[in-house]
Amino acid sequence: MARSNHLGASWRIWRAVVRLFEAFGYVGALLVESMYWLITGPKHGQRVGWRAIAEQMVEVGLKAVPIVAVLSFTVGLSLAIQLIYTLSEFGAESQVVLAIATGVTREFGPLITAILVAGRTASALAARIGSMTVSQEVDALRVMGVEPVRYLVAPPLLALLVMVPTLTIISDFVGILGAGLYSSGALGLSLTAYMLASLDALAPADVLQGLAKSVVFGMIIALVGVRCGFVVRGGAEGVGQGTTQAVVIAISAIVITDMIFTFFMNR
Amino acid sequence: MSNRIDFSEHDQFSVVVVEGEVDLSWSAELRNAVLEALKGSNNLLVDLSAVSYIDSSGIAALVEGLQTAKAQGKTFGLVSVSAPARAVLELARLDQVFAIHQDLAAAGNAAQ
Amino acid sequence: MSGSPVIEVDQLVTHYGRRKILDGVDLTVDAGEIRVIMGGSGSGKSTLLWHLLGLYRASAGSIRLLGKDTSTLNHSQWRDLRKNLGVSFQGGALFTSMTVGDNVAMPLREHTDLDENTIRIMSRMKLEVVNLGGFQDLMPAQLSGGMIKRAALARAIVMDPKLLFFDEPSAGLDPVVAAELDELILKLRDAFNMSVVVVTHELDSAFKIADKISVLHEGKVLLTGTVDQVQASKVERVQDLLGRRPRTTEVDADEYLKRLTEEEYGEYIQSVRG
Repeated sequence: MARSNHLGASWRIWRAVVRLFEAFGYVGALLVESMYWLITGPKHGQRVGWRAIAEQMVEVGLKAVPIVAVLSFTVGLSLAIQLIYTLSEFGAESQVVLAIATGVTREFGPLITAILVAGRTASALAARIGSMTVSQEVDALRVMGVEPVRYLVAPPLLALLVMVPTLTIISDFVGILGAGLYSSGALGLSLTAYMLASLDALAPADVLQGLAKSVVFGMIIALVGVRCGFVVRGGAEGVGQGTTQAVVIAISAIVITDMIFTFFMNR
Repeated sequence: MSNRIDFSEHDQFSVVVVEGEVDLSWSAELRNAVLEALKGSNNLLVDLSAVSYIDSSGIAALVEGLQTAKAQGKTFGLVSVSAPARAVLELARLDQVFAIHQDLAAAGNAAQ
Repeated sequence: MSGSPVIEVDQLVTHYGRRKILDGVDLTVDAGEIRVIMGGSGSGKSTLLWHLLGLYRASAGSIRLLGKDTSTLNHSQWRDLRKNLGVSFQGGALFTSMTVGDNVAMPLREHTDLDENTIRIMSRMKLEVVNLGGFQDLMPAQLSGGMIKRAALARAIVMDPKLLFFDEPSAGLDPVVAAELDELILKLRDAFNMSVVVVTHELDSAFKIADKISVLHEGKVLLTGTVDQVQASKVERVQDLLGRRPRTTEVDADEYLKRLTEEEYGEYIQSVRG
């Protein structure tokens, strides 16, 4: 660990890299451990409570439906306005249906949903686990023989793995509906006809691609939120920082992952 | 000392005699024994003279016995409570809740 | 079981980062004993407690709890051992999302298949023991500091543990409540034959409840003895702790310079205190 002050900058970069890998390792271990408890927990008397999972599903999924719907609708509408305007310059309005249907299901639906859920749930997880860490509640669980990962991580992880894709389907539908409301008029179609045309234009692969992403997004939200909670130090201020960090990291990770996914799946 | 539960019948009451260290590992048996004995008796006593240790789950079994007896208008008492058992009862101030008798004779007098 | 030690710590060495916190601690606690671990802040007494509880890994040395070497235990063996350990944390560490009653009942629900009626009676009985009878439906946020400590104690003893750890029982409490807690610790030991380890820096409390006191200083056990032995001790550091002498600090020049100049030094100190 020998170093001198003029090496400060490179040392800092090196340390940041090490920390990044540490974080990846930590998150990976959390994932493996959660899965381990979900599968083998009952054998060790470490049941993952179904009630806890159901509560989390309501919390992270059901309660997010209104906001996901409203924003998906709005984004769908904006998308339609933009596309109709742009495509009409090329006289290609008829392509609007296809462009919106694929754009929403492959890209916007999963992304909007994930970003919203990240804002709601990654922060909530970090805040909850962070304050439990600070007040020694996590230690209390451990000395009681209750595995914190099983008790605190597995339920929201499972809930998010199910609910983020579910919300994404809702977002897909409402987004296309929002777009249809504007563009059906511009295209001289009825709303029903527009929706049917969208359904027609979509291949199952479009929707599945979006859903595959959303499963990964759900995982990112859970693990980042939990990780930022467990590493909280230093009282209420630390909890605040952890919460902010959770949202920033989760959304960044989602956007970057989305880009990587899109790149590899559309070549 | 081995853990065991015995039953005996007297003129006025039935007695459940508990022996050994009552802990989580078999307090459920005590609970069942007491609740079962209450079905066939209007006046049940639990003899704790040979109890060298009793934990909260054992005490809880006795509390459930008392609760059930009261609900059915029966009497339920403890008799010859050993010192270790008495210490635990006193800690939770349950010595003021249970009818505690010195011995069977005293319990008989109290019943008259 | 009676007579054989419930805790045997042999040459325990622990580090936090590069800093050595415990430096060869030996400790033996007998069954039925109330042992007070005393020391100023930074003496390592909290660290020792965390290691006894198995929350951290030691650098060297061994810990045996109830006859079991904790470094060799697998997951389910630890879990079985933990059923016999009760811990009351300094700040209570009650689960804020649960009622007081659910907090106290949680170890029973996690570890036993007892009837829900039995669990209810057992947990409420423990609330009676700590003088919180009837408070089971309140949330922790509705309790005062002293009540939180007592509720935490009720949760710690709900499984009738063989070994009870109590971190700073009287810190931040008014003297009357603190004295009640001390009384309670004595009664618990007598009724359930628990062995109790209390970590504290409060002298009055320590002298009242301790069978033996171990004085920790800079990661070492300075002295273990009865209350009389500790009070009569001529060791300077012990006298310091008893407040008989003004505190003198020797400066380790190298260490001091490091503290002043090293970039990373603050980080782990912060973490230790966090």
